[in-house]
Amino acid sequence: MKEQISKIKETSVEEIKKAEDLKTLNDIKVKYLGKKGELTSVLRGMGGLSPEERPIIGSLVNEVRDELEKLINEKEEKFKQEELNEQLKKETIDITLPSTKMKRGSIHPVNRIIEDIEDLFVSMGYDVVTGPELENDEYCFERLNLPKGHPARDMQDSFYITDEYLLRTQTSSVQARTMMANEEKTPIRMITTGKTYRREDDATHSHQFNQIEGLVIDKKERNVSLADLKGTLEVFVRKIIGANLDLRFRPSYFPFTEPSYEVDVTCFKCGGKGCNLCKQTGWIEVLGSGIVHPNVLKMNGYDPEQYGGFAFGTGIDRLAMFRYGITDMRYLYTNDVRFLSQFDRKDEE
Amino acid sequence: MKLSLNFVKDYIKLDNDIDVNELAEKMTKAGNEYDSAEKLVNATNLVIGEIKECEMHPDSDHLHLCKVDIGTEILNIVCGAPNARKGIKVIVAQVGAELPGDFKIKKGMIRGQESNGMLCALYEIGIDKKFLSEADKNGIHELPQDAPVGEDPIKYMGLDDSVVDFELTANRGDLLSILGMAYELGAIYNKTVEPVEINYKEVGEDINKQFSVDINTENCKLFLAKKAMNVKIKESPDFIKNRLIASGIRPINNVVDISNYVMLELGQPLHFYDADNLGNKILVRMANNDEKLTTLDNIERTLTENDIVITNGEKSIGLAGVMGGLDTEVEETTKNVVIESAIFNSVKVRMTSNKILRSEASNRFEKGLDPARTYMAIDRACTLLEKYADAEIVTGMVKYDVTDNKEKVIEISFKEINDVLGTNIPMEDIIDVFIKLGFKQELKPGKTIVTVPTRRIDISIKEDLIEEVGRIYGVDNIEGKLPVVPMRMGHIDKTTRKIRAKMANMGLNDTLSYILINDKDVHKFTTDEFEEVKLLDPITEDRNTLRYSIIPSLYKIYEYNKARENKDVCLFEIGKGFWKKQEEYGENQKICALMSGEYYTGIGHSKNVDFYDIKGVTEELLDYLGYENRYSFVIPKQIPSEFHPGQTAEISVNNDIVGILGRIHPSVEKEAVYVMEINLDKLLAKRVGKMKFKEISKFPNIKKDIAVLVSKEITSKDVETLIKKKAGKLLLDIKVFDVYEGKNIEENKRSIAYSLTFGAQDRTLNDDEINTILENIIKDLENKGIEIRK
Repeated sequence: MKEQISKIKETSVEEIKKAEDLKTLNDIKVKYLGKKGELTSVLRGMGGLSPEERPIIGSLVNEVRDELEKLINEKEEKFKQEELNEQLKKETIDITLPSTKMKRGSIHPVNRIIEDIEDLFVSMGYDVVTGPELENDEYCFERLNLPKGHPARDMQDSFYITDEYLLRTQTSSVQARTMMANEEKTPIRMITTGKTYRREDDATHSHQFNQIEGLVIDKKERNVSLADLKGTLEVFVRKIIGANLDLRFRPSYFPFTEPSYEVDVTCFKCGGKGCNLCKQTGWIEVLGSGIVHPNVLKMNGYDPEQYGGFAFGTGIDRLAMFRYGITDMRYLYTNDVRFLSQFDRKDEE
Repeated sequence: MKLSLNFVKDYIKLDNDIDVNELAEKMTKAGNEYDSAEKLVNATNLVIGEIKECEMHPDSDHLHLCKVDIGTEILNIVCGAPNARKGIKVIVAQVGAELPGDFKIKKGMIRGQESNGMLCALYEIGIDKKFLSEADKNGIHELPQDAPVGEDPIKYMGLDDSVVDFELTANRGDLLSILGMAYELGAIYNKTVEPVEINYKEVGEDINKQFSVDINTENCKLFLAKKAMNVKIKESPDFIKNRLIASGIRPINNVVDISNYVMLELGQPLHFYDADNLGNKILVRMANNDEKLTTLDNIERTLTENDIVITNGEKSIGLAGVMGGLDTEVEETTKNVVIESAIFNSVKVRMTSNKILRSEASNRFEKGLDPARTYMAIDRACTLLEKYADAEIVTGMVKYDVTDNKEKVIEISFKEINDVLGTNIPMEDIIDVFIKLGFKQELKPGKTIVTVPTRRIDISIKEDLIEEVGRIYGVDNIEGKLPVVPMRMGHIDKTTRKIRAKMANMGLNDTLSYILINDKDVHKFTTDEFEEVKLLDPITEDRNTLRYSIIPSLYKIYEYNKARENKDVCLFEIGKGFWKKQEEYGENQKICALMSGEYYTGIGHSKNVDFYDIKGVTEELLDYLGYENRYSFVIPKQIPSEFHPGQTAEISVNNDIVGILGRIHPSVEKEAVYVMEINLDKLLAKRVGKMKFKEISKFPNIKKDIAVLVSKEITSKDVETLIKKKAGKLLLDIKVFDVYEGKNIEENKRSIAYSLTFGAQDRTLNDDEINTILENIIKDLENKGIEIRK
């Protein structure tokens, strides 16, 4: 019987070695180890053996079985691995081919600046408010110390709808609205941004443009002063336009403020050396500002003896042009997708 | 305002070698911006010469060969001017000279003849031709016979001047005069201003006995007239001509020049009438509508009741403050002159001058005048007419004056000044500012009472004085700080910017379009009823109306891009639409999207935009804003004719129409272009609850599919509604997963397959329960004539 076992072992090992695929291997498994397999038959034939021989033959058979199983498993594992490798190889793709995706959108440069300005002033405690673009002259002019007959109200400079209604020429109208809406006449810190309109259209003026306007009104004892205005605009310019820019306050004249100042900043283009953009002066005029005129306070229900403050405003379009190096203002309004889609990522921090 | 330094030096002692750029910068810091600051004549290496010999060039019919004595040597110069001749004194640009326009004089040969310099015309050294006489326009300048050879011709001619061109603010009318500039420079340089020379004799009977002035309008508050007899019209002296040229005014003759000179010097425009053509009366009144007047530019003007006119009692002879009439113009033959010095209403003058002509005079009237100067100017004119036109001034003055010519007195405390400026400027420094400005003061403890001279019409309240202190003390000396106020975060509604970010994330480009459109387009893409909002005075007809919908704006942008071969255009804009209803104006915030071309890219995945893409974008936005399950897309009762009748839907939220979406009608646009617009004001007014966590069910859901065969008139939404009704609360979700029409399906029918998800929060559902529900659904559908596909 031992001989029979060793023969089975010999031939089966040989067969396993020769097997070249999973099926053959499986057949071999059935042939020797299956219920009716050759090795299993040996076990069944052990009935004719002596009690002494039985355990010896039994353990021999088990030994061979373990060995065969081990060989078969090893080989099986090898075949499975090969098969998997084959599959992975087949599934290999050219990872440099184009991806599948949706179009990428973008955010207009002017709106990007507006959002930054809003965030800055919100962090300094200013409310962001809005107002109508189709205004009446009460809020656009009258309450801002621009009485009837004032040159700024000339028909040819504004888009009038009727004698009374017009497209707002400045976001300052929202100043008057905010002061009037504040019935308790409490302190105000607000900014507003939005579209404004003037009756002119040429290479450097668009009839539609964007402004930002800020207003601070507080009790006289808190002393909101020109120095505070200066500091506030320094923060604004250095945060929004450029960290290294200098400011120059130039006394000027606006009907809604007194004293009034125009604010120049170091020329963006030449850094102050003088170039065609700054007309060789080294400065670019950016903001209009000043201490709120007592008439404006009065006309909007604030007592100028008790309250005071400052106001400022600027055009946003030019800030956007500067920040992104846009060479022609008209790009902002023609909306060529080759222009728009350049603004499709986050701004650098 | 062009400031001639020579002119202003009559009134303030500036250093002779003062740097004109530094002066301009100092003025700018004080609030007076400038456009340019330069020498009147920007030429070097010029010398006075005398032509000793002059012959024709052998090879030319117009060039001369000149031998020119310049004191140190005799130069050979070839000159083409027709008036070059022996014996005249000329301006010589020597070799090495630089003339305006980057023109350098070099040694050269002209048609074989040596030329060592150039003989100059005045326009070649930088005097604009418009200021020059005919002779000077056509040839080289001829200096007087006594001009010293070898000297600097610019100095000799009195053209060694510098000019700063200021862009003044609207309130500083006082600076539209040399005298006003002198006061301003005096404050900056701390120098006193010299008095104006007024000195003339009066002759004969008082003018009031022979001449009268009537004022018949409240738009003239001050009118003065004097008479000058026997004037001799001739050329003005050089200093007057040069100063006019430096100020940008063309010299004409001594009398006309004097009226301009006084206006420049004192800021008060004057008008001179030919007294013999005027008669003995002036009446100022408002014009009648359709009244005619021929102004001195020989144009007949039609006037209105808003124009102030000067009349001789019968007919108008001049437009007040704007332009004189032709009939009474001062001419070469004029002997006697009536001088007018007056103040007219600034608004009326502005309106008239806007129609007719904006001039140096009208500009000064518009900015406002000081009555004291009106008096000073008429005396100054008499002084100069006597001196430079040999005039005899008639005794007395005709006067109408209802001005309030009092000096303003303003009391202000030093604390107030420092509080507003945010400074600690010492009292002495503040007092010093007012001294420099020439304001009288009366000091009281802690405050000063300032008397403002009448020339400063811009100053009327305390704040104006604070501005003066800030200006002259120097804003640069004020340190910036931040307001000390209670800390808090500002309030901002970020909805708009979040919508913008969401739309951009869905692949659309944020745009900024014009709200002004052509009135032909304003009712397009909508069936809403409203009156369009039109401009009274548009720049172009293409932009004469405020848009109601943003769609026409975005469609224009699409067309712009299409014309430039930009094919894949997906845009959106958040902006306003405007309307008028029953005399009320209104505006709404809207969001509009336009999609066309390729939306998805990738091999085998690229896909052009269709209706369901823009519907998807819309749903995404509505879901994002919190309206999930509250909206539906409905077939409009009335479809705007610019929309495809079979591919258009209204967007309904809480059963209220808030917007529209669909394809642009193929007869309007051949390409497949889809648009969507939502009235954000209307949408966002519908409240959205707080975002809140919902317990996740611990029990498994069951999915079942139903496929139906329906005629095409029945919408998927119809079927869905039926299913939902029968399914009850256990149905968590229903989705269309397949739509099929074509082969094996009857014509005019299609198959729609739905996937239904059932579940409960509190238990696992059993099959029987679900199957009963399904049977009910199927039975109901079949009853409604909908076939179930097995």
